[in-house]
Amino acid sequence: MYSASDLRKGLKISIDKEPYIITDFAFSKPGKGQALYRCRLRNMITGNGFERTFRSNDKFEKASLEERTMQFLYAQGDEFHFMDTQNYEQLVVSREQLADTTNFLMDNMEVAVLLFDGRPIGITPPTFVELTVTKADPWVKGDTSGTDTKPVTVETGYELQVPPFIEEGEKIQIDTRTGDYVTRVKS
Amino acid sequence: MVPPARILWQRAALIQSLRVFFIDRGYLEVDTPVRIPAPAPELHIEAEPAGDWYLQTSPELCMKRLLAAGIPKIFQICNCFRRQERGHRHLPEFAMLEWYRVASDYRDLMAECEELFRFVAERLGLGGRLMVAGEEVALDGPWERLTVAEAFRRHASLSVAEALADDCFDEVLVRDVEPRLGRRRPTFLCDYPAELGALARLKPDDPTVAERFEIYIAGLELANGFSELADPVEQRRRFEQERAAMARLGRVPGPMPEPFLGALSSMGPAAGIALGIDRLVMLVVGADTIDQVVPFSPESL
Repeated sequence: MYSASDLRKGLKISIDKEPYIITDFAFSKPGKGQALYRCRLRNMITGNGFERTFRSNDKFEKASLEERTMQFLYAQGDEFHFMDTQNYEQLVVSREQLADTTNFLMDNMEVAVLLFDGRPIGITPPTFVELTVTKADPWVKGDTSGTDTKPVTVETGYELQVPPFIEEGEKIQIDTRTGDYVTRVKS
Repeated sequence: MVPPARILWQRAALIQSLRVFFIDRGYLEVDTPVRIPAPAPELHIEAEPAGDWYLQTSPELCMKRLLAAGIPKIFQICNCFRRQERGHRHLPEFAMLEWYRVASDYRDLMAECEELFRFVAERLGLGGRLMVAGEEVALDGPWERLTVAEAFRRHASLSVAEALADDCFDEVLVRDVEPRLGRRRPTFLCDYPAELGALARLKPDDPTVAERFEIYIAGLELANGFSELADPVEQRRRFEQERAAMARLGRVPGPMPEPFLGALSSMGPAAGIALGIDRLVMLVVGADTIDQVVPFSPESL
């Protein structure tokens, strides 16, 4: 159990059996009045946010979250199958729960699957992934249009901006936290 | 992180100017004990235990005993300690200025506050005004005097009585009222509901409110003053009430401050006020968190 004085940005708590993360926090206390803990919360499953003010006697359940390293096996429609590499247990995460992380997901990739009460609610891919460029406009040497990036598509279907010298078939490294190009990978 | 020396110089100059103001006006500077056996029982103020005693949450009780002993005007600059108070405007140990004067009421204090702030602003070369987040607050004209009832009528969607009945007075005050106070000129928010001033005298012509006020500048609460309750029987009854409310919340109330209650009958009409020095420094240097104006925050120790 947490008490109000434990509340802070980044804390994960459970309300009505759903996990919430505190995204913004402010302590206030009018003169001679009671302590108030104003929190902005985000539901970790639906992504919905709301604001609520708690008092010093309020108590909170810890969100029972667990992270497991799992391997991505395959996708079937909107269902993504993962396997625990320790005990070979398999589970399914929906496309909706994966959100943008599908942009970086490759067969056999190891990811951290976040579970709430044993149910998968999302994944964290490796911070850097290497993906092959499948579509890119050729680089015209001496191009004077002044643009210093161009759009490309990688093997997962994700589109991003890269320097103009990147060619189709090359591998690039991407930062999955921002979705941005990092560097060209020499083969 | 230690703040720039410039801020510590301004802080020191400000504290020095407070001292000069009161000494020039014949106030006696006192230093009462920081560790005390029985802080004033107040429901929402939690004292930090220190051995079998407590660290002071305010020097109020000792200072009123000095008034009762016949000293007419006193001030003190000291650190106070309150458990579980930490935020961008709160430190669990903070610097307080308190002053008390006999034969006075909260109106006299309000007038004196205006003079004090003008004096400090002049000494610090601020030129009769404070700049807070690009917004100018004029100190030299008359300050606004706004009752709590009127402030709720203006800024909240429900009345004080309704807020008290719904047990959301503090929430509404913090969310809807406070941010709108002390804009362009400081505000004295005054005449608090009687139950929100455990040590304040009730207004003779309207006993539903206490003669209590808070100073707000640009939404920041700076000081709490009141006409002192000088009736030991009534004071004991209110302390009992506060202690019972604490017990209901599962807190163990400290002992009753008997020597204070014993002295109270010798204290005539008086008024007193507590001002948060760190917050005043915040306004003067334009800081948005209290951490920026103290040498060390508790987390940095």
